[in-house]
Amino acid sequence: MTVVLNGKNVDISEGMTLLGLLESRGISSETVVVELNREILSADAFVSTILGDGDLLEVLRFVGGG
Amino acid sequence: MSEDIFEIGGFKLESRLFTGTGKYADDSIISDVCEASASQVITVALRRVDLESGTGNVMDYIPKYMKLLPNTSGARSADEAIRIARLARAMGCGDWIKIEVISDNKYLLPDGYETAKATEILANEGFVVLPYINADLYVARSLVDAGAAAVMPLGAPIGTNRGLKTREMVRILIEEIDLPIIVDAGIGNPSEACEAMEMGADACLVNTAIATAGNPVLMARAFGRAVRAGREAYLAGAGAMCRHAKASSPLTGFLSED
Repeated sequence: MTVVLNGKNVDISEGMTLLGLLESRGISSETVVVELNREILSADAFVSTILGDGDLLEVLRFVGGG
Repeated sequence: MSEDIFEIGGFKLESRLFTGTGKYADDSIISDVCEASASQVITVALRRVDLESGTGNVMDYIPKYMKLLPNTSGARSADEAIRIARLARAMGCGDWIKIEVISDNKYLLPDGYETAKATEILANEGFVVLPYINADLYVARSLVDAGAAAVMPLGAPIGTNRGLKTREMVRILIEEIDLPIIVDAGIGNPSEACEAMEMGADACLVNTAIATAGNPVLMARAFGRAVRAGREAYLAGAGAMCRHAKASSPLTGFLSED
C-alpha cells in the first residue's frame, strides 16, 4: 500500500495509523500539523486514523522565517 | 514616561519591535536575541517536515512568553495563504497570521489584491491578520475594509537591508490609515527603524538585519533601543525646523558689549 507523504510515495503496511507512520519516521507528533487529503487533522485523531492506499499526507512544522 | 502600551488583536505589548527567526547561522542564538531585543512578537514559517534529515526544532529556542506570528511565506495566491494560515493555527500557537502572498521571485513584492482577498476570509474566521504589503494607500484601505488588525508596509524588498526607501509612502499610510502601521522588510540599521518610529509608525519588524549581523545579540539590543528611542521622540513631538540659525545661547551680556 502506498501513501504520498510530503510529495513522495511511501510504502506502508496495511492498517497502519497516522501516528504509527509518524513514529516510524522519527517525527514527534507534538511538533507537527497534518493535512490528510487536504483536510486538517487534529492531533487527537492521529492515533485513530488508519491510512488508506493513495492517501495524500502533508506533514508540516514551524521553521525559521521572517 | 507614562505607560505606552501597543495593543493589537487584544494583546498588550510593551515592545514595539517584532523579530523573526529566519536566516540565523545557529538557531540556538534566538533566545538570546529575544531577550536582548526585548521583543515580544516573533515570526515563524510553516514548511514540510524534511523526511531525509532530522534537523533541530526552531520552537525549542523561542521563549515561551513570545507571541508567535506565523507567516504564509510560500503562498502565491489567496487560496494558498488561507491554507497555510489554517494549518498554522492548527499548530495550536494562537490565531495571529502574517499574510504574505508573493509570486515575484526576484523582488519578493507582495500581491496586494490576493493579500486583501485572503485577509477578508481569514479575518472572518477569527484570525488576527497582519498583512505584508507594498506601501500603497489603496491596498492599505482595502485591508482596512477586509478586517486586518494592522498593515505591514515594506521599507525595502525583503532581506535587502537597504533601509526605509518607502518613507514618503509609509508617511502617507501613517497619516491616512486608521490601523497600526508596522514597517516590515528591508530595514537594515537601527537608525532606519528609529526614523520609522519617529515618523509615527506603530512598530517595526526586523529579521534579516539582526540575523545577519556580525553579532546578532548586540544588534538585537541596538534595534530594541532604537525602536524605543524613535517612539519616545514621536511621543515627545519634535521641535520646529527653520531655515536660518537661531542661537541657543543668550544674545545679550557679551564680554565685548559697551
